[in-house]
Amino acid sequence: MTDTINVNRRNFIRNAGALALGSTLPISLVELAFAESSENFTFAYISDAHIQHIKGASFVRNWDKGLIRAVAETNLLTPKPDFVMFGGDLAQLGSKPELDHGAEIMSALSHKVRYVMGEHDYYLDLGGYWERLFGPQYYSFDHKGVHFIVLNSILTYDEWTHNRWPSNEQRMLEMAGLDNPNGSPFMVGDEQRQWLKNDLAKIAKTTPVVVFSHSPLQKIYKGWNFWTEDAEQIQALLKPFNKVSVIYGHVHQIQYNQIGNISFHSVMATAWPWPYPSTYAQAEQYLPKLTVPMNRADPFFERDATGWQFINMANGDVDMNFTLYDNNDRSVRFNKASQQPEDSEYQDESSHIPPQIHY
Amino acid sequence: MFHFKQTTLYLSLIGLLITPFAQADEFTNVDMQRWQQQFMDSVKQGRELWTSPTLGTNGVACAQCHPNAANTHPETYPKFQKQIGKVVPLWEMINWCLKNPLEGLPLAADDPKMTAIQAYVTYERRGVKLEAGKH
Repeated sequence: MTDTINVNRRNFIRNAGALALGSTLPISLVELAFAESSENFTFAYISDAHIQHIKGASFVRNWDKGLIRAVAETNLLTPKPDFVMFGGDLAQLGSKPELDHGAEIMSALSHKVRYVMGEHDYYLDLGGYWERLFGPQYYSFDHKGVHFIVLNSILTYDEWTHNRWPSNEQRMLEMAGLDNPNGSPFMVGDEQRQWLKNDLAKIAKTTPVVVFSHSPLQKIYKGWNFWTEDAEQIQALLKPFNKVSVIYGHVHQIQYNQIGNISFHSVMATAWPWPYPSTYAQAEQYLPKLTVPMNRADPFFERDATGWQFINMANGDVDMNFTLYDNNDRSVRFNKASQQPEDSEYQDESSHIPPQIHY
Repeated sequence: MFHFKQTTLYLSLIGLLITPFAQADEFTNVDMQRWQQQFMDSVKQGRELWTSPTLGTNGVACAQCHPNAANTHPETYPKFQKQIGKVVPLWEMINWCLKNPLEGLPLAADDPKMTAIQAYVTYERRGVKLEAGKH
């Protein structure tokens, strides 16, 4: 499996070098590797573009550039990924100009693209325009022996959504502020959990299951919605399966964890990085102890602290390889002995480097 | 002339010694509450600026990258910033952010808005020990 990754990387570096694009991509290349290597396949993952409208035809240049670059570089990937996932928060305030502009940038991809709903896409019109562009808000599909599930995990209490705010614009602004105390916890909700239960009932317990959500389907820090209120109930539905992987956006940073049979991995944002919740001195938070943080972002490098990942899935286990701007690559692999994802170089505390210390 | 001045000085000193009420700094709980309120008003103004889409020109707010002012580290300033090439106080780094990610204009060091931003950022770091220069 490792050989496959190395071949991919060589090809990528050669292609990128030919176009002088630099050494890294703000996307995630996901490889699902099987015992029979001819069954392996890859997909790419782009997330959290936060396309932000200023006025007229003006958009925030910095966020545009992140997504444009991810799209351009995804088109260079060799071998060509089977499909591309977009992990949510295409827009900043859910407006038609933002979603249209984001969709237009994404339209340059020469791949099948599937979308995950983010809160920045949703809370203006409850996903109405997004649905017209991209399809249903939650769904599942099968690809080469893997069952993929896409959840809309950024719903919240009905009272907050329907009865609290004088306008849809106000509701969107309140949810868009990550640290806004007027926000509300994310959840998948009863209706979608029932759908998930029915969907999973049709799947053999030995089938590898990969779940895409925008928020982590685990509880890390409620104040910034690094959190899903009904995470335990969703984990319980996934428990009967031999191997489940949850891949989520929203957090704009490297996180990984293992809870029972479920491996959790976050993906990088193309827009900007977020601090780890452990750096907010007033917060009670639960960053997974397993996670060795990415390097602290250097604000002087506009695209720093974004990156991309290879995910190598052997017999249902995920190995993830991160390539990061101006930083050494990271490799988080499933350790069969300890039954959890571990960084191949930095997992031991004595191996941490100074930029990985967040305070 | 000289004698006159000296006499005035002596008289002044005697005056201080016999004054029945204190002239040194002495304050009450009411004073402290007022001062705390003044500070918290500045913190509140700073929080409003921190989340404001109009502080810069492109709608980007400080809080977009720094929720609860995390990763601003006011307790480490002044410190050396390699890209600026010298030791800088916090307000110079704030101005760097105003000019770059916010595509706006810098504020004067003594602008009440700059004071408020620093009050907010520092308030969110309350309880963290001072470590000027730390990276």
